[in-house]
Amino acid sequence: MYVADSRSGAPRTATSAADAVRPRAGRRLPAVAPTVLALGTVSLITDVSSEMVTAVLPLYLVAGLGLSPLGFGLLDGIYNGVSALVRLAGGHLADRGGGRHKWVAGAGYALSAACKPLLLVAHTLTPIGLVLALDRTGKGLRTAPRDALISLSSTAENRGRAFGVHRAMDTAGALLGPLAAFLVLRATVDGYDAVFTVSCCVAVVGVLVLVLFVPGGAATPRAQNATRATLRAAFALLRRRDLRRIAVCALLLGLATVSDSFVYLLLQRRLGVPDRWFALLPLGTAAVFLLLAVPLGRIADRAGRWRVFLGGHLALLLTYGLLLFPWHGTALPYAVLLLHGAFYAATDGVLMAAAADSVPPELRSSGLALVQTGQALARFTCSLSFGAAWTAWGDRAALTGSAVALAVCGGVALVLRPGGLRGAA
Amino acid sequence: MTLRSRILILVSALVVLVGVAAASVLHASARADRRDEARPGGPRITAGRVTLTGGARRVVFRNMAWGPHRDELVSAPAADPSGPRTASGVKCLRFYAASGTGVCLRAVHGPVQDTYRAVILDARLKERARYDVPGIPSRARVSPSGRFAAWTAFVGGDSYAGIAFSTRAAIVDTRTGRLTPTLEAYRIVKDGRPYQAADVNFWGVTFAADDRTFYATMATRGSTYLVRGDLSARTLTTVHPNVECPSLSPDGTRIAYKKRVKGAPKDAPWHLYVLTLSTGHETPLAEPRSVDDQLVWQDNHTLTYALPGDYGADLYTVPANGTGAAHRVTTAAVSPAYVD
Repeated sequence: MYVADSRSGAPRTATSAADAVRPRAGRRLPAVAPTVLALGTVSLITDVSSEMVTAVLPLYLVAGLGLSPLGFGLLDGIYNGVSALVRLAGGHLADRGGGRHKWVAGAGYALSAACKPLLLVAHTLTPIGLVLALDRTGKGLRTAPRDALISLSSTAENRGRAFGVHRAMDTAGALLGPLAAFLVLRATVDGYDAVFTVSCCVAVVGVLVLVLFVPGGAATPRAQNATRATLRAAFALLRRRDLRRIAVCALLLGLATVSDSFVYLLLQRRLGVPDRWFALLPLGTAAVFLLLAVPLGRIADRAGRWRVFLGGHLALLLTYGLLLFPWHGTALPYAVLLLHGAFYAATDGVLMAAAADSVPPELRSSGLALVQTGQALARFTCSLSFGAAWTAWGDRAALTGSAVALAVCGGVALVLRPGGLRGAA
Repeated sequence: MTLRSRILILVSALVVLVGVAAASVLHASARADRRDEARPGGPRITAGRVTLTGGARRVVFRNMAWGPHRDELVSAPAADPSGPRTASGVKCLRFYAASGTGVCLRAVHGPVQDTYRAVILDARLKERARYDVPGIPSRARVSPSGRFAAWTAFVGGDSYAGIAFSTRAAIVDTRTGRLTPTLEAYRIVKDGRPYQAADVNFWGVTFAADDRTFYATMATRGSTYLVRGDLSARTLTTVHPNVECPSLSPDGTRIAYKKRVKGAPKDAPWHLYVLTLSTGHETPLAEPRSVDDQLVWQDNHTLTYALPGDYGADLYTVPANGTGAAHRVTTAAVSPAYVD
């Protein structure tokens, strides 16, 4: 029954922390930096490319190759673990030598692009699984340096908005990818090879935009007394009170964040969403995320990231509440998807924006990677325990447990908020 | 590098990449046209009337040979499956039939995305009922009496590089129209005790002649089991470990299935076996290759199944008692059903 959580390894959401923002009344906020727009374009293009493959993969396996895709489940665990470790490595590599963010991120994008043509020659489950794992490694490698670049090219006043713009562009790509794939399939018969080739071309464009239009070199301003980017220094970041608190809050709230797959499954079961809509549910969340990422990012800059971040989790709590609610109106599934999308919009980029405030520029990438990895592992743990709780006590009890856990963790996060920061709730 | 030269590089690269992408799409769509033309040396196919009852014993399957009748249900003499094919004009991804009832799993092309549906066919391949299928359909079966139909769908692949899939097995009573969208609604008895888990998956339903008993695969916590289902009591009971895609013999005494064997490559792990239900004895079949299909009993002694071939899939047969050898009976065919 359940589709194991394929998103738990991805840093889609964020728990955010506080913010050193001090918005000055009457002053116009600066526009989003060109680097952010360039990175957003790279993410948009890359997401078109990867979602093209994702959208046709099951069809390709079952209808094209005549395989049953169940064997893939075996690789899932390895995959999540590897992704978390790669993210830390990517973060660390990017910080060493100051301005390497662009090149480490570029290597990640290039690796994923190179995986697409490999799909043309892999015809059995294991090679296909390995190609996808490699693709995911590329994603793990690029995420932290990319977020570091976004935070480094924006100011404390507009960082929330910068991340909002980036996440909105990223999500737009994710929505366009399946559309592109099905247009190609429509124009051909069994044109999976064409889908993979087009996907590869699109990915190469993404890499080119990164190489040509994202400033590299000494992008990181080096302070006089900057810490050397050693592994020890990366982990020593956790001794900083604010970052530690952010990481702990992200971790705690991650432990109570039920994976998307479970939310959609519960939505279908509890609210009786018809089978044929099942595949469209993630699109609903993504569309709301797309629409709200920028406005919520701006609000986070003005009202405080911590507040917006906790507000996002309140939206998640309400999502759980609606799923537990005995009343089943036709509007309820829409309300659930709206709240679920708002949760992502209020937390994903906002956490990175908040964490960025507490990490010195020379360790930015490592610091963000630490928070992302902690959150990803917490969510993975939540997936496993939610599955176990569902098994032992049923879906309703499992969700009630998650709601209580979320409320408690939210309370702790409220108390633990990073000190000395304005805009704390 | 100036902005101008950077833009120049990007534009030239775009020209090349758009060219490559367009060429690959054109190539694939030209191939589609080629597939509408019959290949020399392929089976002889003529349009005609295909029925699921009446007449000599035939085998009905999805024709995968290139030509105007590609992907249509065709019939061929059961004694000579490679003989001339009669094409029905009905397209299916997967198909099965018994006693004048057919189940056809097909794609419905939408503007943004394909959806899938299971269609119940009468003996003249006319649509009697249709049901939404929540993912990519794979296995299809009809009970020997023609009353019940079942299908399996793979659900998943809805987020970035998602590699986790789950299955849903549905059963419908074609007489009353009552649909069980997923076997997860049934009570599970595992090793004699009630069992509940969120990660159970079912696939590959096969029916007994009594219109009450069926068998299927249940997977949970990394293991698979043969389960016996009861349509009246709505229960599932584990019978035997490591059984996938069971297929019950016409006499109801044996299950043919694919078994995950130790030491086989991970991407080709399945060998064919026959399980005698009364004794629990497993007999390996004379097919050395890994098979990923739900077998079909041609009669009480012979099994038919598909293996990948030049045009998608070919049909093979092998004796059910472990003797003899497997051999190919026709090319470019999948989802066979024997009808009288």
